[in-house]
Amino acid sequence: MANVKASPTIDMTPMVDLAFLLVTFFMLSANFRSDEPVQVDTPSSIADAEIPKNVIMITVDKEGRVFYGFTGGQEARKNLLIKMADKYKVQFNKKQLEEFSLMSSFGCSVQQLPQYLDMESEKRKELKGSIPMDSTNNQLKDWIYFGNIEGLASGKVKFEEAANRNPDTEMNEYKPKFILKVDGKALYEHAKGVIEIFRDLDLNNLNFVTSLEGGGEQH
Amino acid sequence: MADMGEGGGGHEKGGKKRAKKGSTRVDMTPLVDLAFLLLTFFVLTSTFSKPKIMSLVYPAKPKEDVKIEEQKINNAITFLISENKIFYYKGEFYGAENAKGKPATQLEETSFGPKGVRMLLSDLNKSVLNGKKKLKAKLDSKQIKTDEYLSGIRDLKRADEALKVLIKTDDKAFTKNFIDLVDELRINEIGVIAPVDLLPSEQELLNAKLK
Repeated sequence: MANVKASPTIDMTPMVDLAFLLVTFFMLSANFRSDEPVQVDTPSSIADAEIPKNVIMITVDKEGRVFYGFTGGQEARKNLLIKMADKYKVQFNKKQLEEFSLMSSFGCSVQQLPQYLDMESEKRKELKGSIPMDSTNNQLKDWIYFGNIEGLASGKVKFEEAANRNPDTEMNEYKPKFILKVDGKALYEHAKGVIEIFRDLDLNNLNFVTSLEGGGEQH
Repeated sequence: MADMGEGGGGHEKGGKKRAKKGSTRVDMTPLVDLAFLLLTFFVLTSTFSKPKIMSLVYPAKPKEDVKIEEQKINNAITFLISENKIFYYKGEFYGAENAKGKPATQLEETSFGPKGVRMLLSDLNKSVLNGKKKLKAKLDSKQIKTDEYLSGIRDLKRADEALKVLIKTDDKAFTKNFIDLVDELRINEIGVIAPVDLLPSEQELLNAKLK
């Protein structure tokens, strides 16, 4: 006590403890922002269901641009691209196929896709494209149609694996779900265009992505 | 290493002790630097609000070869949404001059949020909400099981007295408006939600109201 000069160093152990505790907490609770081509601000709701694994996700941004994403697994994504390439007579090389199987959602026509796949991910964001969905060139419909087929196929494989372990497993959980991620400020007309395509394919059970409501109290 | 070598060199006991004592303290500053760097990184990159999904079943498209019988919906309300505005009418739609001689439908304006749509719906959907309360009380006192409770609520929502809701949007409506309304319907336990197309006569009424 008397010797004040002797203790200029502070014991940092508790601080380090605290800091690492927080680091551990954030590491475990964090889920990283996925590398989406656009930032979409979804509206909030009281819904509390989580996004399933096997989904076809259509993103609609503020200006009404449409993006397509499919998370049925790498093999399923490759098969999907092969089917689309076959239908639209577009050539993809092996590298592009590999790249497609790892990519998140994209917004461009099939004809542009080989070029798009060769780009760096930063460059892709600058491209202001959208998936064609007008009646003469309805590529989105084909993406959804083939995506659904591939999703069902890959879901079935996963279901059979799970059913071997637990016979109570329901097939329904492994079927692809259809998800609309629409910006709150986008006109509903834009979302409706996509919804009509789903309905044309007889896929009527859709899901909207929403963020959890902050203060809203029930009843 | 050097310290250890010195210690083994045969110094007196006291000196050895002092040397050991001096080296127990580690400079933790770099450790703290690193810890806080990681902390900052995780704080900035993590997203807390996990996105959730809200399921919505759209009516199936009518098949061309199958004729659908006109269904009589007895307890329905129709919401019309435009740019951040919401209107409603109850029951069926009657034009200005209709064959049945009913008075023409008038649109009422309401608002998004607790005081508008939510109050209106909780009033109109009383049968379901009261039924749910009773079931909840039974569940809490353990008279019924959880699956009985859930199926009870499902039956209530399908009953004739339960409110059916039609949602119509014009070309200026935002997605947020639509989701907000569906959210209110969920809060009020509405079972039948049908997003349908706006009729031209309704569009006229809406335009007149928006002026």
